[in-house]
Amino acid sequence: MKIHEYQAKQILGRYGVAVPRGEVISRVEEARVAAERLGGGTVVVKAQIHAGGRGKGGGVKLARNSAEAEKVAGDILGMTLVTHQTGPEGRVVRKVLIEEGLDVARELYLGLVIDRAIGRPVFMASTEGGVEIEVVAAQHPEKILKESIDPGVGFQAFQARKLAFGLGLEGVQVTEAVKFFAALYRAFEGTDASLTEINPFVVTRDGRLLALDAKMNFDDNALFRHREIRELRDLDEEDPLEVKASNSGLNYIRLDGNVGCMVNGAGLAMATMDIIQYAGGRPANFLDVGGGASEEQVRKGFEIILGDPNVRAVLINIFGGIMRCDIVANGVVGAAKSLGIKVPVVVRLEGTNVELGQKILRESELNFTVANGMKDAAEKVVSLARH
Amino acid sequence: MVFRQFFRRNDAVLMSVLVDENTRLLVQGLTGREGGFHTGQAIEYGTKVVAGVTPGKGGTVWKGATGSRNVPVFNTVAEAVETTGANVSVIFVPPAFAADAIMEAADAGLPLVVCITEGIPTFDMIRVKQFLAGSNTRLIGPNCPGIISPGKCKVGIMPGSIHKPGNVGVNDDPETHAMVLIGEIGGSAEEDAAQFIKERVRKPVTGFICGRTAPPGRRMGHAGAIISGGKGTAADKIAALQAAGITVAGSPALIGETMAQLLSHQHEQ
Repeated sequence: MKIHEYQAKQILGRYGVAVPRGEVISRVEEARVAAERLGGGTVVVKAQIHAGGRGKGGGVKLARNSAEAEKVAGDILGMTLVTHQTGPEGRVVRKVLIEEGLDVARELYLGLVIDRAIGRPVFMASTEGGVEIEVVAAQHPEKILKESIDPGVGFQAFQARKLAFGLGLEGVQVTEAVKFFAALYRAFEGTDASLTEINPFVVTRDGRLLALDAKMNFDDNALFRHREIRELRDLDEEDPLEVKASNSGLNYIRLDGNVGCMVNGAGLAMATMDIIQYAGGRPANFLDVGGGASEEQVRKGFEIILGDPNVRAVLINIFGGIMRCDIVANGVVGAAKSLGIKVPVVVRLEGTNVELGQKILRESELNFTVANGMKDAAEKVVSLARH
Repeated sequence: MVFRQFFRRNDAVLMSVLVDENTRLLVQGLTGREGGFHTGQAIEYGTKVVAGVTPGKGGTVWKGATGSRNVPVFNTVAEAVETTGANVSVIFVPPAFAADAIMEAADAGLPLVVCITEGIPTFDMIRVKQFLAGSNTRLIGPNCPGIISPGKCKVGIMPGSIHKPGNVGVNDDPETHAMVLIGEIGGSAEEDAAQFIKERVRKPVTGFICGRTAPPGRRMGHAGAIISGGKGTAADKIAALQAAGITVAGSPALIGETMAQLLSHQHEQ
């Protein structure tokens, strides 16, 4: 799960990570008061959307006084911000963060991720802050310092010192950095984050260390034990069909093709997308309806797939292992009848009672094409999607 | 994927068959809905299920949906192992408690633990991995279908009817003539496996990598199935497999054909 910058900064602040003073607003009228509360001097107005590259897209602007802050906030609030991460359709800005302006001397980078290869969290730091870390990793991998963390004892002070000295910090800044890094790790572990990124991590001219930007992503599987984080979910930032699917307990990801897919099991769902492409078509989605594939789940799946206007044909690929194919077929027929489906539907069933399942589909008097095997199913659905 | 674990251990040796007619199975979470259902299926398949563990239900006997089963239930894994001589555990407990269940099984000295549970928090598994390091317990899973030795023993949630005894496996054994390696986007286990196969395996291997069409940055159902920072793409993994001499099938429908061709070539030589 993703959250906004201002939410990440609130969480980090609670763990003792130094962040700039700021206020989040959603109405232009609130901008002037917020800027005045920050001292009435220079402020930064930052669009709050779940995507990077906001600065380049015109979503982060400086204002020298509170009157200017109001004007800038007016420009940004409501704009459709397009960045390299939003796609061409962009995102509507509904909130802006107004923050104290800082006199920045150095821009550094800090990141915490899970390194799957070693099965441990890794703390990364780099002198190359303010730019995309992927670019640094590709061009100057030696400029990324890494400390892997023993999960039994957690992040140690000596590791924090290695990173601090490696970043060229000196004197009292090293002590401050050690505290900052330790707090950042506590926030990462304490919230079951999957990613925490401070880019840039800044040193001000008066020697302070602060998280100028902050990004946190969380492990969805651990949200059950973090109610306060679950409440930060912003549905405006998600695809409406994906939101609807997740509310129905379905795992759906929208893609840009025209062949809708309904499959039981994530691996088979991905393989189904691949075989559609192999047959010359393009999948419209990833959809895992789960192991049971009951009539209710199939109905919800249909509703979501057909909510995408690009879909020209649907492939249902169900492996009835322990779930019997005749039960699955009855579910598909029931759902298709009650929804009055217009697009062609190709069904591939395999497993227990497959003959009976296919018979139910054929005798349903609905527009089903029964396929034999995945290859046949993919070729048939791709052909139907073309017409 | 089930077989990822096979290549993860530092002391990686080609494995022989993990479960067979000597398996004495313990089910953690036996009295739950999933645990009960799949245990019934396993018993019908011929698996020797000797014990169940559900804290608080120790001393009872699990009868199953038909009322015809007789599996003793214990409060702790240690007690179950001591009393019944169980040598493999399968775990069906919910995600919030699964990490604890794995560690309990390892603590009781079980050499093989199969965890079916999906959706365990990453940090929990990091701690489990640390806990297992240095122990003699091999963990299969979590989030896996389990293991089956066709005709002998079924430890997991796969339907028994779709498996037949044969000589194409995911592991090495004198009865295994060839291997199939199925992987998916994300992580680097397939690359590790390719390296291992290049160095150690002399039998024909057919590969398939799932997720050529998966968009970057999106998690495709499985926990690790995500292309992040340009890493873990299907193209990279296919290239790694091919570089190791593995024949990669372009579509899942071609895995069988590809393997048949490899075996017939071998036969001709």
